[in-house]
Amino acid sequence: MRQDLTVQQMSEDDDRSPPLDLRCGAAPSINRARNCSGEAVSGSGSSTSSSIPASVPVTVTEYQSQYPDQVLEIVLENVLQFLTSRRDRNAASLVCKSWWRAEALTRSELFIGNCYAVSPDRARGRFRRVRSVVLKGKPRFADFNLMPPDWGAHFGPWVCVLANAYPWLEKVYLKRMSITDDDLALLAESFSGFKELTLVCCEGFGTCGLAFIASKCRQLRVLDLIETEVTDDEVDWISLFPEGETCLESLIFDCVDCAINFEALEKLVARSPFLRKLRLNRHVSIRQLYRLMVRAPQLTHLGTGKYGPSEVAQRQGDTEPDYIAAFAACKSLVCLSGFREITPDYLSAIYPVCANLTSLNFSYATITADQLKPVICNCHKLQIFWVGVPCVIDYQCFEEIWVLKLILAVIMQALDSICDEGLQAVAATCKELRELRVFPMNAQEDVEGPVSEVGLQAISEGCRKLQSILYFCQRMTNAAVIAMSSNCLELEVFRLCIMGRHRPDHATGEPMDEGFGAIVRNCRKLTRLAVSGLLTDRAFGYIGKYGKLIRTLSVAFAGDSDMGLKYVLEGCPKLQKLEIRDSPFGDAALRSGLHHYYNMRFLWMSSCRLTRQGCQEIAQAMPRLVVEVIRSDDEEETDNYVETLYMYRSLEGPRHDAPKFVTILR
Amino acid sequence: MEALGLNMGFEETELRLGLPGNRVLSEGEGARKRGFSETVDLKLNLSSKDTSEKVKSFQKEKNPLPRATDPPAKPPAKTQVVGWPPVRSFRKNMLGVVQKSSGEESDMAGGNNAAFVKVSMDGAPYLRKVDLRMYNTYQDLYHALGKMFSSFTIGNCGSQGMKDFMNESKLMDLLNGSDYVPTYEDKDGDWMLVGDVPWGMFVESCKRLRIVKGTEAIGLAPRAMEKCKNRR
Repeated sequence: MRQDLTVQQMSEDDDRSPPLDLRCGAAPSINRARNCSGEAVSGSGSSTSSSIPASVPVTVTEYQSQYPDQVLEIVLENVLQFLTSRRDRNAASLVCKSWWRAEALTRSELFIGNCYAVSPDRARGRFRRVRSVVLKGKPRFADFNLMPPDWGAHFGPWVCVLANAYPWLEKVYLKRMSITDDDLALLAESFSGFKELTLVCCEGFGTCGLAFIASKCRQLRVLDLIETEVTDDEVDWISLFPEGETCLESLIFDCVDCAINFEALEKLVARSPFLRKLRLNRHVSIRQLYRLMVRAPQLTHLGTGKYGPSEVAQRQGDTEPDYIAAFAACKSLVCLSGFREITPDYLSAIYPVCANLTSLNFSYATITADQLKPVICNCHKLQIFWVGVPCVIDYQCFEEIWVLKLILAVIMQALDSICDEGLQAVAATCKELRELRVFPMNAQEDVEGPVSEVGLQAISEGCRKLQSILYFCQRMTNAAVIAMSSNCLELEVFRLCIMGRHRPDHATGEPMDEGFGAIVRNCRKLTRLAVSGLLTDRAFGYIGKYGKLIRTLSVAFAGDSDMGLKYVLEGCPKLQKLEIRDSPFGDAALRSGLHHYYNMRFLWMSSCRLTRQGCQEIAQAMPRLVVEVIRSDDEEETDNYVETLYMYRSLEGPRHDAPKFVTILR
Repeated sequence: MEALGLNMGFEETELRLGLPGNRVLSEGEGARKRGFSETVDLKLNLSSKDTSEKVKSFQKEKNPLPRATDPPAKPPAKTQVVGWPPVRSFRKNMLGVVQKSSGEESDMAGGNNAAFVKVSMDGAPYLRKVDLRMYNTYQDLYHALGKMFSSFTIGNCGSQGMKDFMNESKLMDLLNGSDYVPTYEDKDGDWMLVGDVPWGMFVESCKRLRIVKGTEAIGLAPRAMEKCKNRR
């Protein structure tokens, strides 16, 4: 689900390349006063003489000549405390060595977008007073099985160094990292003031690891597990939270697919007065949800779990709890999600909270448009909406029989209109909508989906403030995409996934070039783009020409020739993350990006037309780039083409933990 | 346009909604609720069969890249392409239907190289897991177990037991003595004492480990107990 704003900022990228020429630890501090005291001076910035410890063994003359510099550094540090954006900090650190030092001493949030770009020791060497660490590991395409398991991104080496370097560490945020139970044990033991653990798309550990965290992190405020795989070690981790009142503010475990001890959870919620965010997994039934809601009416974010009865038969004579009252009592509720195995009869219970909702995630709920509409039509304040759309029919095999094709087209039209109707209801009511995600519930190519260009068009007309859209569909038209480009000028993220590969505009038979072209041309704030459907090099020409702010670009089954990739690499100066699969781009195209690769976080190209020699050339030309060639099996490549190229800038050179199926070219 | 290589039997021209099989779905709501899930079930069974045929970790189909001038690609048999559409496995496992997801693939890959078994110790609040293939002898395994179970405090076990675990040289004595005995559940579901069989055979047959207090191990095969005491 959508993160808080701070985390959203975390996903933004650095505008500038890292200062590759700076060496950590090379410049000793000139300020002996600070070395002696060991503490950076912070606070009121009053009389500076009081901040110089009397124990500094300097002569009077030295003292006088160093005085102005020390003042400057102290003042600088005080000012830099207020600088929170890491881009601003990166800029400040480049002014001069003195500023570099001061910034390094005062940076408390460490963001590392690629865990292999820098080593833990180097990070520790530069930044001494870190309280919060963000680490990102595998590239995004690893989520879709395009990368073999055990590729890397291990948290282990990091946690060892962090444990020694930052005993006061409070927050850890990991995305796409491989974490073991032992890593979590070490984390839990090493940081007495640990407050927040957020794991997004991670794997490698089980409820054992959670048990360590729960039992040892006494100051824990946030334990958020989001789309993370957690194996069931049959450990009752919920009952291991400390006795007495807890500091818990957020407990998100909807992705932990293990049964939990509900009595322990209920007691935990009862003794957590600060709890604001609770997202349950599908093993919590609606009756159990009721009991929790009654104990925690102060919740702002709720993930409902199953939202249906448990499999255990209820005793006869047990009345249904008053779910409507429970929801009505949650006056602060703004974010609702879950509905993992929804029984639609209970849906009406959420009506009391709809008017206040700013975020609603129905993407796991199998409901019809008719069930959705009464909910949506009350959600006037909705800003974030995620929904899953079921796909019903496969009629591909009937296409050659024109009679059937005709009849089925009529039926499809009707079904289309039913499900596009749901989106039309959203468009009619949710004028504040900022983010929309439409997922396919049956993620297949062959199946016809009931959302189409009609839904997209409706949204573009109704939700003019839209900033971010992820839209899966089977078919699309340029006209609808062009409409969105001219209606939704605030768009920053446009991700359209036409699930049928190479599908043209189904009304005109043309490629989808013009639609995406209009998006990059009209949406001046666009920073993230994902393209699909039948696309020629022309589409990439548009992207290169107009997509001047684009930082992340995802390409699949698109383009005609090397020119496509060239246009993008030559035209998009802000490009940070480029992921391409199954597109006919080759070595010549790869060469055209040499001027830019140090400014990027990574480039991923799988099933393209790259040869090993081509990748080798890049590796030789750019020593600070790690060029990984990844095979899917252990055998040597027999093909001429490289299966997967994954390359990224790094200060450390080739990593030492690469598995057998990864070759790092030099 | 040539036919898509389908053998259209006469019955397949019957007017129906749904897959070209024998299923008959009711229209409207039914199709979306029950019938829908059955449809999905069938569909996904087909695809998961495809996926299961690509056994080793993952393989991609060699997908020849079509030229832009080709008509929209309609291969005769729509084979599943890895990672497309780009939906995470969390979302694919809908409606209780289990697809071969990345999780399982990583298990498959691991299955060739790792043998993870759960290890529980009496009185300990949580389980651990070990990969038996990482060790070559029983010594290595005991060493690892000792390290593992020394890392948390156990109220019931007594501090002496813990200290002994942490002291490697005492570990063998401890495990051979009457205090703690490692046992395992084999493929047949029987609980046996660790150490009876050659290491390789043990790794193959061990499903689960349990470290029990010596007094509870009495029920195990006496001959095995004998062996245990005589083992050096």
